[in-house]
Amino acid sequence: MRVREKRPASFWPLAAVFGLFVLFMYGPMLVIFILSFQGPEGGLTFPLRGLSLHWFGKLAEGLGVVDIGAALRRSLALGAAVMLCTVVLSVLAGLAFRKRLAGGNALFFIVVASLIMPSIIVSLGIGLEFRLIDSGIKAALEWLGMEGALEGYGTSLGLFTSALGAHLTWTLPFGLLIMFAVFNRFDPAYEEAARDLGATPWQGFVHVVLPLIAPSVVGIGMFGFTLSWDEIARTSQAIGDVNTLPLELQGLTSTVTTPAIYALGTVTTVVSFAVMGVTLALAWALGRGRKAKAG
Amino acid sequence: MSTAAPPSHAAPAPVHSIAAWWQAAPFTAVFVLFFLIPLTLIVMVSFWDFNEYELLPGFTFKNYVSIFAGCGDASEGLCVTLKTYGSTLKFSFIVWLITLVIGFTVAYFLAFHVRSAGMQTLLFVLCTIPFWTSNVIRMISWVPLLGRNGLVNQTLIGMNLIETPIEWLLFSDFSVVLAFVHLYTMFMIVPIFNSMMRIDRSLLEAASDSGASGWQTLWNVVVPLSRTGIIIGSIFVITIVMGDFVTIGVMGGQQIASVGKIIQVQTSYLQFPLAAANAVILLAVVLMIIWGLTRLVDIRKEL
Repeated sequence: MRVREKRPASFWPLAAVFGLFVLFMYGPMLVIFILSFQGPEGGLTFPLRGLSLHWFGKLAEGLGVVDIGAALRRSLALGAAVMLCTVVLSVLAGLAFRKRLAGGNALFFIVVASLIMPSIIVSLGIGLEFRLIDSGIKAALEWLGMEGALEGYGTSLGLFTSALGAHLTWTLPFGLLIMFAVFNRFDPAYEEAARDLGATPWQGFVHVVLPLIAPSVVGIGMFGFTLSWDEIARTSQAIGDVNTLPLELQGLTSTVTTPAIYALGTVTTVVSFAVMGVTLALAWALGRGRKAKAG
Repeated sequence: MSTAAPPSHAAPAPVHSIAAWWQAAPFTAVFVLFFLIPLTLIVMVSFWDFNEYELLPGFTFKNYVSIFAGCGDASEGLCVTLKTYGSTLKFSFIVWLITLVIGFTVAYFLAFHVRSAGMQTLLFVLCTIPFWTSNVIRMISWVPLLGRNGLVNQTLIGMNLIETPIEWLLFSDFSVVLAFVHLYTMFMIVPIFNSMMRIDRSLLEAASDSGASGWQTLWNVVVPLSRTGIIIGSIFVITIVMGDFVTIGVMGGQQIASVGKIIQVQTSYLQFPLAAANAVILLAVVLMIIWGLTRLVDIRKEL
């Protein structure tokens, strides 16, 4: 332990700024968390008129025409699909970038472009693409004389087609950047040792590389789920007839004037925090398991 | 990365590059299908014609002309398009400035004033957690504070500072900027913090040993060496605000115009060629801003 130097004079004002910033970040969230337990007589602002779960009950009954439960299930399913795709595709691409990858720079450029592209443009483009696909399919069905199929055909826009793709353009760049950060710090000596001992590339990956990068892979999964769970801008024009939970929520902000909307906020935030908690626990357990094995 | 590989990697390169290609293929396919083709379609359809029922393939500048209709006439004042771009650029600039100052200060505190690595990580994570929660929730969480009967107005009236509630706290330019700062300062903190953590601490000692004051060190050593982080953060914040329609919609009470909102409204009326032309113009503006901001910042080296 070295002797602690005296803190510079600038420490305290900067610490105060930091404290205010944290308050600014969390204060409002805390307020709606408290207000979601507003009593049945209470309104959108303070004072609290008793504490109750009344507004969570209202939420479960549905808000107006919106089926919250269905939207919640859709968002959970989409988030899980996005998480799975993000983890698998990012890890594979991360491995590919470690080798000699023809066109790697162009691909990286595209990925960064996708990350900083205004979301409304991506969303519009995907919506447009799938509507043109619809017209194409309809024209083909007509040409083939398949009247029944033509009448039954709705649209190719949907949760697991266009919306999934839209989410991936947002989550995959984060996944790849995390993989880069991981492999920049990765010591290839472990892999070489495995190879020298006769491991196949697959064995080397499963038994050596994967355990080492596992905590970060879990982190990529968390990015995939939470970013999808809250995504609005890229989904908005690319989803078709159904809506995800955040899209419903955005619509509700102008129509719902009761604390039920805060209850919805509390529910979605709790899901986000639960995912973060599980991620941290998992990453910690994986990191610890590795150390235990090594020691 | 591949250049840094030891010679033993280089020998079986052809096999590796085929394997690498297969590994990257699904990832690449997503970006081709959901990014490159859509962008191409936007450019293509921006030259198409349309009527109430369908899109009419063709090649016309009609959409672009109609967007800028009336813009040549100086006597009429600014046309709608230029006014909207002006207002969106104004928001971008204000938000950029505020997030830069706050983001830099917070990152500076974390990087140079928090001494233990554990505490540093903890406080850094504390700053990033809100990023993983819902943006809309974070927007409406201002309602109980800023509303007509909200906490701020209640407090000010209670202290007898004002007689009637302040109306411009919510659903105004003010609340839009506040929400942007609230949502996106994180995009400044992370890259600037990352750059600052790479600064060799002995440089700061050298500066102070040479007689530089705290401010001189900050301005002549820390700021230039954090340049990459500042630029990356700026690109994030500016492109997000330029294309935004959700925050401006919710926090502006659906009353404030923005470029993103125009595109969204035109899309919902199925006026795809018009929306596409607007998207092309927005993209051009954003690319010009980014080009102005970056001079060869290799993001890959920064990770």
